Amino acid sequence: MKSVAELNAVRAKSLKSIVLRKGAEAMANVQSDCKYNVLVCGGTGCTSSHSEQIVEKLNSEIAANGLEKDVKVVLTGCFGLCALGPIMIVYPEGCFYSMVDVNNIPRIVKEHLVEGKPVTELLYKETVAEDGSIKALDETDFYKKQIRVALRNCGVIDPEDINEYIANDGYLALAKVLTEMTPDDVIKCVSDSGLRGRGGGGFPTGRKWALTAPNKAPQKYVVCNADEGDPGAFMDRSVLEGDPHCVIEAMAIAGYAIGATLGYVYVRAEYPIAVRRLQIAIDQAREAGLLGKNIFGSGFDFDMEIRLGAGAFVCGEETALMTSIEGNRGEPRPRPPYPAVKGLYNSPTTENNVETFANIPQIILRGPEWFASMGTEKSKGTKVFALGGKIEHTGLVEIPMGTTLREIIEEIGGGIPNGKKFKAAQTGGPSGGCIPASLMDTEVDYDNLVAMGCMMGSGGLIVMDEDSCMVDMAKFFLEFTVDESCGKCTPCRVGTKRLLEMLDKITQGKGTLEDLDKMEELCNYIKANSLCGLGQTAPNPVLATLKFFRDEYVAHVTDKKCPAGVCKDLLTFTIDKEKCIGCGMCARSCPANAIVKTDYVAPGHKLPSYEIDASKCVKCGACIGTCKFKAISKK
Amino acid sequence: MQKKISKLPFNGTPEQEKKLQAVIAANKHDKSRLMAVMQEAQEIYGYLPMEVQSMIAEGMEVPLEKVFGVATFYAQFSLSPKGKYNISVCLGTACYVKGAGELMDALSEKLGIGADECTPDGKFSLVACRCIGACGLAPVLTINDEVYGRLTADDIDGILAKYMD
Repeated sequence: MKSVAELNAVRAKSLKSIVLRKGAEAMANVQSDCKYNVLVCGGTGCTSSHSEQIVEKLNSEIAANGLEKDVKVVLTGCFGLCALGPIMIVYPEGCFYSMVDVNNIPRIVKEHLVEGKPVTELLYKETVAEDGSIKALDETDFYKKQIRVALRNCGVIDPEDINEYIANDGYLALAKVLTEMTPDDVIKCVSDSGLRGRGGGGFPTGRKWALTAPNKAPQKYVVCNADEGDPGAFMDRSVLEGDPHCVIEAMAIAGYAIGATLGYVYVRAEYPIAVRRLQIAIDQAREAGLLGKNIFGSGFDFDMEIRLGAGAFVCGEETALMTSIEGNRGEPRPRPPYPAVKGLYNSPTTENNVETFANIPQIILRGPEWFASMGTEKSKGTKVFALGGKIEHTGLVEIPMGTTLREIIEEIGGGIPNGKKFKAAQTGGPSGGCIPASLMDTEVDYDNLVAMGCMMGSGGLIVMDEDSCMVDMAKFFLEFTVDESCGKCTPCRVGTKRLLEMLDKITQGKGTLEDLDKMEELCNYIKANSLCGLGQTAPNPVLATLKFFRDEYVAHVTDKKCPAGVCKDLLTFTIDKEKCIGCGMCARSCPANAIVKTDYVAPGHKLPSYEIDASKCVKCGACIGTCKFKAISKK
Repeated sequence: MQKKISKLPFNGTPEQEKKLQAVIAANKHDKSRLMAVMQEAQEIYGYLPMEVQSMIAEGMEVPLEKVFGVATFYAQFSLSPKGKYNISVCLGTACYVKGAGELMDALSEKLGIGADECTPDGKFSLVACRCIGACGLAPVLTINDEVYGRLTADDIDGILAKYMD
């Protein structure tokens, strides 16, 4: 685009195609181009539950009823409530249909879109009040505490249509930056907002830009880290799938601020939908002149390219990522020199994470004070968390920094399924630690988490209940880091392996109390001496569980028991002979023929009970599932 | 993690080689595109046997040692062939807590192969993968591009039956 006026013209023209989704006030001012907007989630979660079939069926039913002009069907990004996918929202009412079955589409089209009566029984149950009236989505437990900044367009616009992005204020921030602000103004604005890196470390974004800007070089770079590797975290994927243009816009803004004209987005190859939508968005932005030469006639040039990762966790570390973009084995480089001085191709580079970038356009448009008004003293704004594990509402939530863990899990997340008790929440993936139940009222922000021996990481939050063994969890993460250690430096390559061996020993009941102290010592050594973030944080899961759940380690070591009943080598399966009615189902299911009949007949029963021969038992657990009388237990 | 190198003989076709040469020609100007070329080569051949790595090294004018280095570094590159149906079990945290380990064990037992192996008839291969981001459906496995979610080990027989043509 040659001018801001041109952008405003596109915006005014496109607004009528999305106005139904913007609420009553917007609708009073702008006439919509149709009667209904039906939004279907096309994020990875819902696509896996066949949301594309729903779109096909919708289109064919709409055509059959002659509604093509009245109804617009949009495949959007993630709505967040993945546990209830596939999800569909009908505007202007904002009716939220959850776990949509393709067979119900004809009914929804007929009753809702033709007759104008929402199919209440197919709506998400929390949006239907007792009297049958429909509540707004913002009033449900899952959504009411959320404030969507990074995710503002996810599940609202069509990510493959640049005009919908522009209609919802897209590229206005870039226009403002290029026509009204100097690079220093931009950096000051981002610094004043207090935005910190959302990828893990929490380094202030404005300071990162300020460090890169003054370094002179023929070519500088902006890199977007979309190599989201923490198991359980998928916010970056959702942003790329639901709102790819905001990342492009923010990277161009960063380019202007630091004096770079070229950007790279390094995305995991495991995210095919995100890669495809991002490429479509880049092509559209280029065609519209929002990437390329002389953007908005300002003289500023910026273009970008996608680079695919190939499944190496360490490439999420910023220097390893740059090495990988250069086409090498993705090994990290020692710092200093920092990327701000010598980054990609030895040139000054600023690298930010997807979610960090997604905040930038809003900070520019609404001002740093607005952003800084949310959150805690040192952690401003909102954070996206991916809720997973033993929690009712798995999915993505965006909440102000400083929300307590209790609010996140019990209110927003809907609590623990099956009436189980909360034990701990794991944050920060393999680099993080765990928060025990006793600290549930802590306000979640960067500094509080670090003080607890955890870290924010990218925002994966895995909930564990009483059936999870903390030693086993620590072992799981260590297996991950041992696999993913690139091997360049010894503390990480050898240290994590030795640590895993000790954990193995403990879960097999061969550990000693001395091992616990040794482990702690080794952890601190690895932390202090590893080359990059991966090694420096790899011991965190062990240190955190040792700190908060030492009693579980001690139980494994001294009593040779796994309190949660997870570590197979320490389990004993027993049959309660008073409960056993002697049906013999368990004996037939046992692959090792370890279950035999006894002579004992329990009072009130007719047949003799069974017992397990511990020397033959392979601890597969097959018997437990077959017993209808809950007579078999593992301890 | 050490990669399994296949002992099966290489049987690439001239068409495949022609495709690969075209990919190399399009990327040769920029050596940093080595990974992209290798990704496309894996699309063409299904895996990266030594013969293919040599062609890439020669075409891109980089040492074979570097190609091999990259191929062994990244989990995505496979040095042994994939089965007609590639079964990939997500062992991300959310799936793991919901019993993905048991799915893996059940599959391994049913197919008689371990992780990163292919059945002798070339029909099934089995891999453990990192989080695919479908945590709401945990535990999850994929067979080629089809996703199966909210599984238990008891579902395995039914799923495999669909592919026993």
